[in-house]
Amino acid sequence: MTTLKLGRRALMTAAVAALSFGAPAFADGHKVLDKVHFLIPGGAGGGWDGTARGTGEALTGAGLVGTASYENMSGGGGGKAIGFLIENADSSHDTLMVNSTPIVIRSLTGVFPHNFRDLTLVSGTIGDYAAIVVGKDSPLNSMGDLIAAFDADPSKTAIGGGSVPGGMDHLVAAMVMEAAGKDALGVKYIPYDAGGKAMAALLSGEIAALSTGFSEAVDLAAAGEVKIIGVTADERVSAAPDAQTMKEQGIDTSFVNWRGFFAAPGLPEDKLTMYQDAIAKMYDTPEWEEVRARNGWVNIHNSGDDFQAFLEEQEKAIGDLMKKLGFL
Amino acid sequence: MLEGLLIGLQTALSIQNLLMVIAGCLIGTFIGMLPGLGPMSIIAIMIPVAISMGDPSAALILLAGVYYGAIFGGSTSSILLNAPGVAGTVASSFDGYPMARQGKAGKALTIAAISSFAGGTIGAILLMIFAPALSSVALLFHSSEYFALMVVGLSAIAAFAGTGQVAKAMLMTVLGLIMATVGEGALFNLPRFTMGIMDLQSGFGFITLAMAMFALPEALFLVLKKKEMSGDSGEISELRISGAEAKAIAPVIGRQSLQGFFIGVLPGAGATIASFLGYAVERNIATKEEQDEFGKGAIKGLAAPETANNAACTGSFVPLLTLGIPGSGTTAILLGALIALNVTPGPRLMIDEPQVFWAVIMSMFIGNLVLLVLNLPLIPYIAKVLSVPRNYLIPFILFFTLMGAYIGQNNATELLILVAFGVCATALKFADYPLAPLLIGFILGGMMEDNFARSMQLYDGVAFIWERPMTLGLLVLAVILVLLPSFRARRAKLRAQGVADGD
Repeated sequence: MTTLKLGRRALMTAAVAALSFGAPAFADGHKVLDKVHFLIPGGAGGGWDGTARGTGEALTGAGLVGTASYENMSGGGGGKAIGFLIENADSSHDTLMVNSTPIVIRSLTGVFPHNFRDLTLVSGTIGDYAAIVVGKDSPLNSMGDLIAAFDADPSKTAIGGGSVPGGMDHLVAAMVMEAAGKDALGVKYIPYDAGGKAMAALLSGEIAALSTGFSEAVDLAAAGEVKIIGVTADERVSAAPDAQTMKEQGIDTSFVNWRGFFAAPGLPEDKLTMYQDAIAKMYDTPEWEEVRARNGWVNIHNSGDDFQAFLEEQEKAIGDLMKKLGFL
Repeated sequence: MLEGLLIGLQTALSIQNLLMVIAGCLIGTFIGMLPGLGPMSIIAIMIPVAISMGDPSAALILLAGVYYGAIFGGSTSSILLNAPGVAGTVASSFDGYPMARQGKAGKALTIAAISSFAGGTIGAILLMIFAPALSSVALLFHSSEYFALMVVGLSAIAAFAGTGQVAKAMLMTVLGLIMATVGEGALFNLPRFTMGIMDLQSGFGFITLAMAMFALPEALFLVLKKKEMSGDSGEISELRISGAEAKAIAPVIGRQSLQGFFIGVLPGAGATIASFLGYAVERNIATKEEQDEFGKGAIKGLAAPETANNAACTGSFVPLLTLGIPGSGTTAILLGALIALNVTPGPRLMIDEPQVFWAVIMSMFIGNLVLLVLNLPLIPYIAKVLSVPRNYLIPFILFFTLMGAYIGQNNATELLILVAFGVCATALKFADYPLAPLLIGFILGGMMEDNFARSMQLYDGVAFIWERPMTLGLLVLAVILVLLPSFRARRAKLRAQGVADGD
């Protein structure tokens, strides 16, 4: 009899919980969502992975979301996860997919047939600048040194990166050299399929410099392995106050790799509002501030229509650059 | 160093940490036995648990236990079911599975456990002594040397060509290389040979192909050729290894611990290359009679890759701990876990947090020891899997094969690919084509192409072959490894005809 009672009570609690789903009726008062499933289009340990897990950590830590689960689905340069989300749209209302600038670049180059317009835009949340780094024992100490080495022998001054040719790391390297008045197409770009291999290549002297994300560069510099010789920010970033910006060194260029979240197409309006609400509230929590500071991210919050406008603008800017550089 | 050892022992031998390592080994072994769940996925599953413990040493000790357990568990499915779950244990099935079919499953598992233990332990000793000195060795290799190393790895197929199937083995290798080109190439931002199918964009999955080449044809073969089944009733006739056998595999273990460890140190090579090379090298230096045994259940052919892949796993900790460079998918995940625990691997780890460094090393010793102690008594029970009647065992194998291919990618298309390739592979097996070279070609093909393409770009052509002496040396070694068996075979044939060649 007792078990039956317990069972009924549990059932009733569950029913009440289901009814009040999403409403601020919980004890902690500010829970917006019960659960979020993060779909990560790349492998564990990458930038997307860190963003999704960091965001999930802040959301659950601050009590805005009950539980967060994560799924890594790499393949097709992220296209597989996008395809999966579109194919399984009806059963994926709990899913948030993390993505970033490459979704724009890769739909321009046609790596995958979809683009951001095929998904429900939730929010752009953070940005990460790009950086050019050299090994700790490298004779190069500034962008000027790198450009001088490039002028002296372009074929021996290769720049490596973790993306395919025409991908973000390559675009940043080309953009910087273009802004420095050099022939961007003459830059020898060597792609590595994983960050670890690119680092090994940099330290072994196979490549002269590495184009990478700023937060990753800060970690590597903190471990004493690399020197950051240029950051694509407008002003120096507090996470690495000694790292010079490109603009300081007379290279007039800046670049931010945004990261944000997308949901399945046809997501019900109320659910979308809940996601956007949870993310908007997240910025004021100490939990988020801790995650953000630890990773050196920059808050760039674009929700809904703003996000759409931002993406369209970036699509145009990158498209123009790629055409100019001959990638399209 | 003695001081460091004591710090490590003190940390590792606390009751909590000992429980961690035992739990890790058990979890790793049992999940690792399921084909499709390799060390990488199991560690990824365990990371949240490890991180929530908060203490970096305890977390690492747990993860190291899981890691070693998973590798051992992976060999179990290779040996018993011919279903390698990770690339590093493919070579273990070459001789391990034939042994199991001959009723020597218990012996095969014992050899695997002892070889793994020895490889891991000797690797850990080498790591302890040479880690700081070896960090520079890890950086000696450029893309061109990795390319050459993959070519040496490919020469492992010569081991299958020795049985008078040179043309067939070559053909299957080339087929494997061709299959590796499906999907996006690293240097060309374009999908190749995908026929517009999104699921092929990142190429064929390793697990899918491994299951299609090994496990599925094996199960189908058993169904289609019922009569041959009378040979192995599932009786486990031999369990212990004899003194003579121990003597035979001891030098193999010694050599492969060293070779495997040094290959593991290179961030772009890892356990897979180490196991293939270990197999190829041991076969080439074995005597003629022993060579004929390779591929048919040779104890040396099992001990070599098992030792080498464990030593290489340990070796891969050198670039991780001293340079912060993950050399494999698994160490990349471990690196992520370390960073989440606020430990930054790199040159300063040994200075800033010696207790973590030494705790990792001690956990390797303890992990390996615990694994051996836990698993040796369990082997007769694990081997019992094979005494399950065939008509129950085969559906069981098929189920795990399909499940393994599915959970790896969470993609139902993998199942269609698996079944299609499995049927083709069964046809090839009936026609007596060796399937292992295809898988070796596939595994090495992708890495070989990436490194070749990078070298071509860095040197504006193939100049790297003669401009880098180490590349040239490795390529020459590969040619020797390929030619040596056929030269030996030819000499033996001539000698048999009475045309003695001087010796």
